Amino acid sequence: MLLPILFIFFSIAVLGFALLVVTTRNMFHAALFLVGALFGVAALYILLEAEFLAVVQILIYVGAIATLIVFAIMLSRNMMRRDIRAANDQWVEGAVAAVLLFALLVLVLSRASWPTVTAAAPPDAIPGIGKALVSDYVIPFEVASVLLLVGMVGAIIIARERE
Amino acid sequence: MHFVSDLFRNIGLWFHGWLSGLLPGWAVTLIEYVLGVLILLTGALVTVLLLIWVERKIISRLQDRIGPNRVGPWGLLQTVADALKLLTKEDIIPEGAEKVSFNLAPILVVFPTIMVLGVIPFSRGIIGADLNIGVLYIVALGSIGVMATLMAGWSSNNKYALLGGFRVVAQLLSYEVPMVLAMLSAVLLAGTMSMQGLVEAQGGGFLNIPYWRIFVIPLGFLIYFIAALAELERTPFDLLEAESEIVAGFFIEYSGMKFAWFFLASYINTILLGAIAATLFLGGWQGPFVEHVPVLGVFYFAGKTLLMTILIFWIRGTFPRLRIDQLMGLAWKILVPLALIVLLLVAIVIKLPVPPLARQAVLFVSNIILLLGALGYIGRHLRLTAERQKLGGRL
Amino acid sequence: MVIPLAWYLIVAAALFCIGLYGALARRNAIGILMGIELMLNAVNINLVAFWRYVRPQMLTGQLFAIFVMTVAAAEVAVGLALVIAIYRSRDTVNVEEIDLLRG
Repeated sequence: MLLPILFIFFSIAVLGFALLVVTTRNMFHAALFLVGALFGVAALYILLEAEFLAVVQILIYVGAIATLIVFAIMLSRNMMRRDIRAANDQWVEGAVAAVLLFALLVLVLSRASWPTVTAAAPPDAIPGIGKALVSDYVIPFEVASVLLLVGMVGAIIIARERE
Repeated sequence: MHFVSDLFRNIGLWFHGWLSGLLPGWAVTLIEYVLGVLILLTGALVTVLLLIWVERKIISRLQDRIGPNRVGPWGLLQTVADALKLLTKEDIIPEGAEKVSFNLAPILVVFPTIMVLGVIPFSRGIIGADLNIGVLYIVALGSIGVMATLMAGWSSNNKYALLGGFRVVAQLLSYEVPMVLAMLSAVLLAGTMSMQGLVEAQGGGFLNIPYWRIFVIPLGFLIYFIAALAELERTPFDLLEAESEIVAGFFIEYSGMKFAWFFLASYINTILLGAIAATLFLGGWQGPFVEHVPVLGVFYFAGKTLLMTILIFWIRGTFPRLRIDQLMGLAWKILVPLALIVLLLVAIVIKLPVPPLARQAVLFVSNIILLLGALGYIGRHLRLTAERQKLGGRL
Repeated sequence: MVIPLAWYLIVAAALFCIGLYGALARRNAIGILMGIELMLNAVNINLVAFWRYVRPQMLTGQLFAIFVMTVAAAEVAVGLALVIAIYRSRDTVNVEEIDLLRG
C-alpha cells in the first residue's frame, strides 16, 4: 500500500518540478527546480530497486550537470534582467506538439502489453554492472570514455578566451 | 566480562530485547531508528561544540596565546556562550536577496553532512546503515553541498558572495576528481564499496595493523587528505572565504542562526573527513585485540578520527593560503595525475600472483618512490620557474 | 510488483513531453539544454523500468542508463561551453537573436 503512494508522490513531484523548469521566467529558479526534478527521478530509481543508479543520478546530474548549468547561468547573468518573456514565438506550436506526442504515447502504451515477469531484482547489482562494463559492453564503455574526453577537450577549446 | 567486552552492542541488543517484549515489531523498528538518529545527531553536535573549543585552544598555543579561558573551566563553555550569542542575533535578509534560496541554502548545507553520519562504521555491527554503495553515497551527498553553497552565493545579491560562489564551483569540482580517485584505490583494494567491508578488509596480520591502507598506499592517503581538505574549504584552501580578498565569501550576508548553520556544517564536515579517512585508510575500528574485545574498536575509531581532526587544526595554524591559480594547478597538474597512477598501480598489483604481503610491499615501495619522484620534480620545476622570473626581472 | 509497469511508462512519457516543450519553446539557450536534460531523464526512467519489469536478471537497462548519463554529461559540457562562447561574442543567450546565418 505504501509503494503506490510513494510512487504517486514522487511522480507528481517530478512532473511538477519539470513543468516549473520549462515555464519559470527566472533561469536560476528553473535550475533549482531542475535539481528537484532530478532528485525525484532518483527516488523513482529507488522505487525500482536500482539504488546504484539512484546514487549515480545524484552524483552526476545534481553534482555535475546541475552545478554546471547554474554556473553558466551565473556567467551569463547580465542578460537575465532583460529576459522578460520565458517562451519564444513558437511556444504554441511547441505545446501542441508536446501534448499531441503525449496523447499518442498514452494511446500506444494503453494498447501494448508487455511481457513482464515477477522475478525479484538481484540483491547486489554492482558486481554485475562492473563485470558487464568490461566484458559484454566494453566497446560502448570505451566509446563513452572517448566521448567524455572529446567533450572535455572541446568544451575547453570552445569556452577558452582568445588572447 | 563478556557483557563489557562488547559493551555498546550488548546494550543495543538488550534494549532491543526489552522493547520487543513490550511493543509490536514495527513500533520497535521505528523507535530504534528514531533513537539511532537522535544519538547520532546529539553526538555530532556535542562533538562539534568540543571541537571548536579544541581548535581554538590548539591555534592559540601555536600562536603563543592562551585562548578562551573565561567561561567555564578552561574556557570549555566558551562555545556554548558563542552559540547563544549567535542565536539571539538579529536575522537579516539583505535587500534584493532571493528569499527562498537564501533561506534554503543553510539547511541544504547541513542536511547532507548529517546524512553521511548514517554510514560511518563506529565498530563491528555499530553503523547506521551498511549500504553496499557506501562510498558512492558519501561522494554523492558531498555534491549536494556544492549546490547549496552556490545557492547561498547567488541569492545573497552581493558581489563578494557571487565571487565566492564562482570559486566554490572551481575549487570543489576540481578537487572532487583526485579525492574520488584516491577513494577508488582503497575501494579497489578491498573489492567493496560498503564502509563496513572496507574496514573488515584492513584487518589481520600482526595486531591487525599491517593492512591499514596508509601502509599500503600512503600516497593515496596523502592525495585523499589534501583533496578532502580542499573540499572542506579549510586553510590552506579556504579561498572561498578568504577574508583579505572577498571578505567572507558565499556566506557574507548571513547572520545569526543561519550563519551558525554554515559554521556547524563546516565542523561536522571536519569530523566526517577524519572519520572517512580513518575508515578508508587508517583501518577504521581495526586495532590490537579488537577481535577479542570488540568494544575497543569504538575507541580506536574515535581516536583515529580525533587524530585526523587535530592534524587539520594544526595545518590551519601552520600553512598560508594558496592563490587561486596555484590551487587549480595543484589539483589538475599534480593530484589528478598522481591519483590516476596510484589507481593504475593498485589495479595491476592486485592481479599479481604473489602472496598478499609481497603485494603490499610492492605497492608501498612504489608509492614512496612515486611520492619522492613527484616531490623532486615539483621542487625542480618551482626552482626553475623562480630563477626564470628572477632573470626576467633583471632583463 | 504492486505498481504496474505502465505507470512508470506514462510518467516517463509525460516527463519527455514536458522536456520537449521546454526544448521547443524556451528563448534562453540554457533553458533549452535543461529541457533536453529532462528528456534524457525520461528515457532513463523507461530503461530502468523495463530492466526491472521485463529482464531483471540482465543488467542491460541499468547499463544503458549509465551510458545515457555519460552522454548527457558530455552534451551539457559542450553545450554550455557553446553558450558561454556565444554570450561572450554576442552578449546574449537568447536563441532568437542568434541568427548570423539568416539570409
